[in-house]
Amino acid sequence: MKYTLIIQSAPIDHQSSYTALRFARALLKAGHSIERLFFYGAGVHNATSHSVAPQDESNLPEQWQQFVTQHSLDSVVCIAAAVRRGVINSAESRRYGKGGDNLADGFDLSGLGQLVASAVESDRVVTFGAGA
Amino acid sequence: MKQFLVISSSAPYGTAHAREATDLALATALFDQKVALLFQGDGVFQLQANQNPAAIEQKNLSAMQQALPLYDVEDLFYCTDSLQERGVDPDTLALSAKPLSRNEIASLIRQQDHIFHV
Repeated sequence: MKYTLIIQSAPIDHQSSYTALRFARALLKAGHSIERLFFYGAGVHNATSHSVAPQDESNLPEQWQQFVTQHSLDSVVCIAAAVRRGVINSAESRRYGKGGDNLADGFDLSGLGQLVASAVESDRVVTFGAGA
Repeated sequence: MKQFLVISSSAPYGTAHAREATDLALATALFDQKVALLFQGDGVFQLQANQNPAAIEQKNLSAMQQALPLYDVEDLFYCTDSLQERGVDPDTLALSAKPLSRNEIASLIRQQDHIFHV
């Protein structure tokens, strides 16, 4: 089956973005396909290239980046959620006159329409890190 | 065209979830899909009239929600139990939404192609 995953929680603060990565790995292992990963809300922090982990801890953003690159997955970071939180690529950095950029390779900044379009094409949509 | 349900379970302020749920409902409608919106748990606080978020230097979510019907997000629902548990008077709601029992919510969910739980 084709899946869309929505990741809405930041690494470190919540377990759910790690659960999302483990779920995504399990999907591919079971022969399913991932139409798109969509990072929304605080989930945009999973796409930073600037995360540093202590030696005895895993670096979840790096793990996402390896996973996305290894499987050439379509990975979209909500642009409105990302620029608000300071996750920007070089184009947005220039546009807003910022001193650098931190969106990891393999991720695209785009709008919510990319989530809707992906859901339309998918058999299943699974949300991680919803509010309560 | 698919049928979507956005479920919002967060209070209007304190986290970004409520605003992001509203954005997603609007975007789903804007991309020509059918979309309903369900307020449950603390999400029912979003329906209250006379919100004054300026006092905490926040934008008024209630004002943004008034745009929902203009974008054809007309199927608005709330969980009756959640409203009662929180002591919110159904006559004081700013947004016109339909009350649903937990059983009715279960059947609403079964009618959807996809759920976005924000």
